[in-house]
Amino acid sequence: MEVSRRQFLSIGPAGVLGGSALGFDLTESIRVKQRLRIEGATLSHSLCPYCAVGCSLIAHTKKAANGKTELLQIEGDPDSPVNEGTLCPKGATSLQLAISRRRVPHPLYRAPGAAEWKQVSWEFALDRLARNIKASRDATFVTQDADGNVVNRCEGVAFAGGAAFSSEEGYLATKLMRGLGLVHLEQQARV
Amino acid sequence: MVSLAATFGRGAMTNHWRDIRHADLILVNGANPAEAHPVGFRWLMRAKLDRGAKIIHADPRFTRTSAVADTYIRIRTGTDVAYFGGLINYVLTNRLYHDDYVRWATNAGFVVKDGYAFHDGMFNGFDQEQGVYNTKLWAYETDDEGHARVDLDHPRSVLNLLRAHYQRYDPDTVARITGIPREQFLQVARQVGEMGRPDKVMTIVYAVGLTHHTTGVQLIRSGALLQLLLGNMGRPGGGMNAERGHANIQGNTDHAISWDILPGYLRIPAPGQEDINAYLGESASVKLHPRAVNFFGENYRRYLVSLLKAWYGDAATKDNEFAFDYLPKPAANASWISIFDQALRGKMQGIMLSGMTATSIGPDSNQVIQALTNLKWLCVMDPFATTSSEFWQAPGMDPAKIQTEVFMLPATHWIEKDGSFTNSGRWVQWKDQVLPPEGEARHDHWILAELFLRVRDLYEAQGGKFPDPVLKMALPYANPRKPELDEIAQEINGRDLRTGKRLSTFVDLKDDGTTSAGDWIYTGHYPEEGNLAKRRDGVQDPAKNDPSGMGFYPNWAWSWPANRRVLYNRASADESGRPWDPSRPGIAWENGKWVGDVPDYPPTSGPGPDAPLPFIMTGEGVGRLFSNAVADGPFPEHYEPIESPIANPLHPQVSATPVAFRYDERAGRPNRFGTVADYPYVATSYRLTEHEHYVTQNVEHLVQLQPEAFVEVPAALAREKGISTGDRVRVSSRRGKLEVRAVVTSRLGPLDIDGRRVYQIGIPIHWGFVGINTGQHWLANALTPFVGDASARTPEYKAFLVNIEKL
Ligand code: SF4
Repeated sequence: MEVSRRQFLSIGPAGVLGGSALGFDLTESIRVKQRLRIEGATLSHSLCPYCAVGCSLIAHTKKAANGKTELLQIEGDPDSPVNEGTLCPKGATSLQLAISRRRVPHPLYRAPGAAEWKQVSWEFALDRLARNIKASRDATFVTQDADGNVVNRCEGVAFAGGAAFSSEEGYLATKLMRGLGLVHLEQQARV
Repeated sequence: MVSLAATFGRGAMTNHWRDIRHADLILVNGANPAEAHPVGFRWLMRAKLDRGAKIIHADPRFTRTSAVADTYIRIRTGTDVAYFGGLINYVLTNRLYHDDYVRWATNAGFVVKDGYAFHDGMFNGFDQEQGVYNTKLWAYETDDEGHARVDLDHPRSVLNLLRAHYQRYDPDTVARITGIPREQFLQVARQVGEMGRPDKVMTIVYAVGLTHHTTGVQLIRSGALLQLLLGNMGRPGGGMNAERGHANIQGNTDHAISWDILPGYLRIPAPGQEDINAYLGESASVKLHPRAVNFFGENYRRYLVSLLKAWYGDAATKDNEFAFDYLPKPAANASWISIFDQALRGKMQGIMLSGMTATSIGPDSNQVIQALTNLKWLCVMDPFATTSSEFWQAPGMDPAKIQTEVFMLPATHWIEKDGSFTNSGRWVQWKDQVLPPEGEARHDHWILAELFLRVRDLYEAQGGKFPDPVLKMALPYANPRKPELDEIAQEINGRDLRTGKRLSTFVDLKDDGTTSAGDWIYTGHYPEEGNLAKRRDGVQDPAKNDPSGMGFYPNWAWSWPANRRVLYNRASADESGRPWDPSRPGIAWENGKWVGDVPDYPPTSGPGPDAPLPFIMTGEGVGRLFSNAVADGPFPEHYEPIESPIANPLHPQVSATPVAFRYDERAGRPNRFGTVADYPYVATSYRLTEHEHYVTQNVEHLVQLQPEAFVEVPAALAREKGISTGDRVRVSSRRGKLEVRAVVTSRLGPLDIDGRRVYQIGIPIHWGFVGINTGQHWLANALTPFVGDASARTPEYKAFLVNIEKL
């Protein structure tokens, strides 16, 4: 019996299973395992964090006994007119990025000349950075240029924001950085 | 995207991924979508398999895209101006262009002012001292009302100048420059020439293989010119389709994380523009034809004032010019390379990087690392350690000598926050927050909001330089230290400030301070009825969700602007409103209204001889074959890369473009360019399917698939050098080196360029000194030159000279 991914999702675990996120049929044993993995899971919608094709993802999560949300599976969303359920190797392994154990766990600080990182609190890092930003802004702010034009710019601080930002974060970053008077503002579009 | 904005009025992929399946012919240049955009590539394959479309892939490497293309053309990297130029010449000389379209929808008939000239590689108006052209000299003859004179037969009509400019690009010259054999070129030209017929449509797909050159803007503009001549702009299956390389480059460009613009592509004000009028005078386009709508130019003030109201709220009043003075006015280019150039000059004190690693992505990594050592402080916000956060302990560095304070702040992953990504087809798609932030990780925007408010507190307590924009910025969020992305999406959309209601179209934005909108092109994505980027009516029910059958899926997410799926779609129908090809309609005028896609046109304006011209974003009302909005020439011209194996066959005295920005030279630092005597091979850099820039070095499965840095060496060169696959080789440029394994390949063959045999070496970019596999500390960008193109200052990553030795 041919069943689409969407039908499979609505049929639920008692029904017949379709293909995997990788696009090939899995063996019976894996099928059963997969079925159990997402049984009773919460379904949310996400997008691939990699290239700008914008493939839609379906993420299955479950609250574990210890209260932690566990990410069980990510697969292509069959409804998307962009990817129709398919993913490339990067999108298909995005779960590994999401639950990577390689994350930096705490704020870190490296003092001038130091050979090591030091673990610091958020409070320390934010306080010190805010002071640095203000000091650099005050030291390099130009209100009027040599021709007497009002220019109100901070020349000595730069910001570059990445392309995995949500748009709304990007917008806020632009607003705040322009608010500080930054002229050096950049993202991934050029590089 | 300077080139597309200069040509059509907006800098974005004009169509969308699914639309590519409507094409009859697909030219892929400077892109390898089968590997870099694998799922997007399915739509090229659908065109091929479902409707017999042909794919022509011009690329230095024979890639997975080439493997399924109908024609593969080996082209020397960065010479696409000559390739497209040859096609333009072929189309012009054989009169294969779409005549009705060209007359109606392009500036072919506009008469250029006397004084325009092009001799021996130089356009008129070059300022030797500044190293720039005075682009204002490239203008039209105008009448008393400022409208351009239109006369297609005038010797200085754009079409006649275009013919003269391109006649030099005959098949032999194309072959000499690009390495494409004459016969093969002509075979392609014949196929392309068919695409000027109204019942045919061609699309051009490109990526950073065109942009990442000192001639990048003109490489793209060449394709755009060809598409205008063939009448393929605005049509389903047509257009100029820029494939963006990262999930949300498009959204973050729209919202202007870019030195030169404000959200919605409003220009950043310049020194000397003391008020909004002065700013508009130099930024907004003017109406150059009585039938031009000049939509952007006419409404520029509304968008700027609405933006200032979103940023400065009650502090933006009529009396203070809506806080116009709070906007910084840069004196000079402040883009990527400029940031590190300023650091090298000791003028940059601190850099904040959020999800960007300066060390790996910029050209001339060794010089960038040097620049970072000059900073007082560096703040890296990222989920993982990056080559920037670790630069002070990179191989060969002595931490004791580096005085830069470095902060590494753990940021959340994309999946731990909601918000939208805009794909390269301009579809704004919302995602859920799937997981809570891991451990101590914080959202980048919370970190930034917190930093901003702490700086504000310091200004309140201590005072300091011009604190007003910091103190008065409006942050009307439930918790300003932790704004919700939903609140920000609403702010971007904009409101009527008298009623507090969200607007559903940018047409309602005002210039009197009664509306706000963070980004006018997104107005309408979040109207009162809700967040339209969350819509999910997709292929689960094509009959219902895609009523036109054209794949627009209007209720899947939202597409800027105005949920329009194909930009410039008025040009998909003829002057009388009938689709050029009724089997592939974009919009059509039927029974007194436009049907199909959301029209890129005044919705109630019908067709007719007095109707507005089709390209509503330009002052001309038409697409620009000739444009003064590019810094390096009103027509594209072939220039050699700064490092090239040959002198420019067209004009050896002006081999490279005279307006490329050579940072080291301008700063008085020693020159870091190599010559063919020492570095005889052309190198080009690129990505692999399994990796995305540098982040995937942290993903186990992907590292297993592509574990180790390598370079691709053409088989014939490998034989000459005694190199076999797996051997370690040293690839060096004047700036740095890589010592990695060689993969001997026939994917890169030798080229015959201007009578010389030229080899190209391929360099994947993804490795560095952080990641799962340690010891992979070679940065591909150690090789690339510190030079930027004239308009956008995009670096030259795709054509530079190297040497290769077996180790
Ligand atoms: S799954 Fe592949 S093609 Fe789709 S967005 Fe992700 S990286 Fe791009």
